[in-house]
Amino acid sequence: MPGYSDPGFDTLALHAGAAPDPATGARAVPIHLTTSFVFESSDHAAALFNLERAGHVYSRISNPTNAVLEQRVSALEGGIGAVTTASGQAALHLSVATLMGAGSHIVASTALYGGSQNLLHYTMRRFGIETTFVKPNDIDGWRAAVRPNTKLFFGETVGNPGLEVLDIPTISAIAHEAGVPLLVDSTLTSPWLIKPFTHGADLIYHSATKFLSGHGTVIGGIVVDGGSFDWDKSGKFPELTTPYAGFHNMVFTEESTVGAFLLRARREGLRDFGACLSPHSAWLILQGIETLSLRMERHMSNTRKVVDFLSQQAFVSRVGHPLLESHPSHALAQKLLPRGAGSVFSFDLKGSREQGKKFVESLKVFSHLANVGDCRSLVIHPASTTHFRMSDEALAAGGITQGTIRLSIGLEDADDLIDDLKRALKTAEKSTGTAA
Amino acid sequence: MNFIVNGHSTYCYTGGKPFDAAKPTVIFLHGVLNDHSVWILQTRYLAHHGWNVLAVDLPGYCRSAGAPPATVEDAADFVLALMDAAGLAKAALVGHSFGSLIALEAAARAPDRISQLVLVGIAFPMKVSPALLDASLNEPMKALEMVNIFSRSTLAPPPSAMGPGTWVYGASLALGRRVLASNANINLFHTGFKACDSYTHGEEAMAQVSCPVLFVLGSVDQMTPPKAAQGLIQKARHGQVVYLPGGHQQMNETPEPMLAALTGFLKP
Repeated sequence: MPGYSDPGFDTLALHAGAAPDPATGARAVPIHLTTSFVFESSDHAAALFNLERAGHVYSRISNPTNAVLEQRVSALEGGIGAVTTASGQAALHLSVATLMGAGSHIVASTALYGGSQNLLHYTMRRFGIETTFVKPNDIDGWRAAVRPNTKLFFGETVGNPGLEVLDIPTISAIAHEAGVPLLVDSTLTSPWLIKPFTHGADLIYHSATKFLSGHGTVIGGIVVDGGSFDWDKSGKFPELTTPYAGFHNMVFTEESTVGAFLLRARREGLRDFGACLSPHSAWLILQGIETLSLRMERHMSNTRKVVDFLSQQAFVSRVGHPLLESHPSHALAQKLLPRGAGSVFSFDLKGSREQGKKFVESLKVFSHLANVGDCRSLVIHPASTTHFRMSDEALAAGGITQGTIRLSIGLEDADDLIDDLKRALKTAEKSTGTAA
Repeated sequence: MNFIVNGHSTYCYTGGKPFDAAKPTVIFLHGVLNDHSVWILQTRYLAHHGWNVLAVDLPGYCRSAGAPPATVEDAADFVLALMDAAGLAKAALVGHSFGSLIALEAAARAPDRISQLVLVGIAFPMKVSPALLDASLNEPMKALEMVNIFSRSTLAPPPSAMGPGTWVYGASLALGRRVLASNANINLFHTGFKACDSYTHGEEAMAQVSCPVLFVLGSVDQMTPPKAAQGLIQKARHGQVVYLPGGHQQMNETPEPMLAALTGFLKP
């Protein structure tokens, strides 16, 4: 497809990485459900294993359907390539494990998905990798947290569920001063809302389970390399810049001036840790991406209407979305996320823990479950579910009240969502007679 | 590995095998705002199939020191000096785009030292439009995007240099940015384009070449269209032509046909 200009977002969402199948003429991306790929000869086999020729060997390492997804998300993010993984968590682990080992240190935002916080605070610590957590807007804190063994800065484009916007230009500049890359989790924003590479991020990962696939049907992840970080110049990454005995003494930065991270992530990470994505899952995610911009537009227009409605309700004490001037990230969101800061956000009821439960149980259109980024609207009451073991004091420290509700706004008619919320608010408010 | 050429450290990638001057040698020469890494697939294969491989970073590019060549002739002299430094009496040359002009000129200057010549994505004259030449100086990022677009032939490239999942266009842009940033003193983009634009005696050079010549051309190459190589093809005494089903990024957009062309032509 030679042309005179770069294809736009929607064209890439449909075509990047995929052409009609030369063998069958199939227009849609075929699902290559095969573990292995036949070698043309012994020499061909050896050449593939030794990276003398490019191709597929075994689906844990690569697969043609997954490769389409990897190219497509890379194209949408403005990256150089990607590695698909079994989940978003696997993408985070692969990123960390590719860049460092025991004795290393990470500086991470406090505004993280709970699973990511767990991985860094508890699990990776067991393997000798420590993390210092810093509030995303504490710029001096990021700088002060750097140690000689720091290897990575990490944050979410917008924190879950508070939507604290990560100041990527500023944080990436501090990371680069320290000679380390910035990895961002862009799950809640997708490349339609923000392209973190253009703001200075070096690596991006997604839980593709959420907005990329968009239909609540599949678990998957992907990590994309922007090709911008100079591992040699940093001098902090012998994993990439010195011979690796585990792969023919390859020096990854010599093999690829810009793609060393991806080479090691695939050749070591997928090979040894094995958290690969099923080709069927890759196909489902590709189906979602084909309509990403259409869905994100609707997610955001519905979110604007719901935020507007909630912010006018007497039984609601706070709506935590950067659309509102009251949100601490309002100005930064306008600068970095002009299309919106996502459709997952929280709000507080002026009520008790019991009233929060009553509100959730009274909703008919919103589904009560632990996920976000579905085409259907979702709700969860952290105090009675994800955080139910926490004391009131601990909840408060985490910015969660008894009445905090997290919503993921879907694609239904906005009027129906508002009617549903209106009815549930009334029921919850009446459940104890008076607002707290 | 590094050689000292004209007093400066020169980096050459050896394809994952130690340099062995006893084997027949192929020297790979990259184009403007590229480096040795664009040849990874081809060089790794040949290095593991009987050849000694040197994929160079041109002087002033990325891992190599020294002043970047301002003319094709300067660059050709550098190639011959590299052969001296490496103790090579003879070598095959493979060049892409700017590198193809360098390879051609080197083969013309020392016909008895070049065993085979492969010219990938070549055109003569290799004129660069005044607008692009100006942009390469004043708006290099914009110019880089223009070049990247014109070099592209498909939105669905096959598994490439970094393996499956490589987005070739993004990778080419990132490499261009990295190479440009690798020399803070001289604009490698503009210098390289000017060298291509001002090279005037390609047909005379081809007349001096005595070794077999392979032209590897992208059938839908918009940067160096196949028709722009026809004059050189006619002048080549022992020329062969292979057309690849792609554009100007022959090494990573059409890596398998590219390798077949090389292995079908290069003989130790």
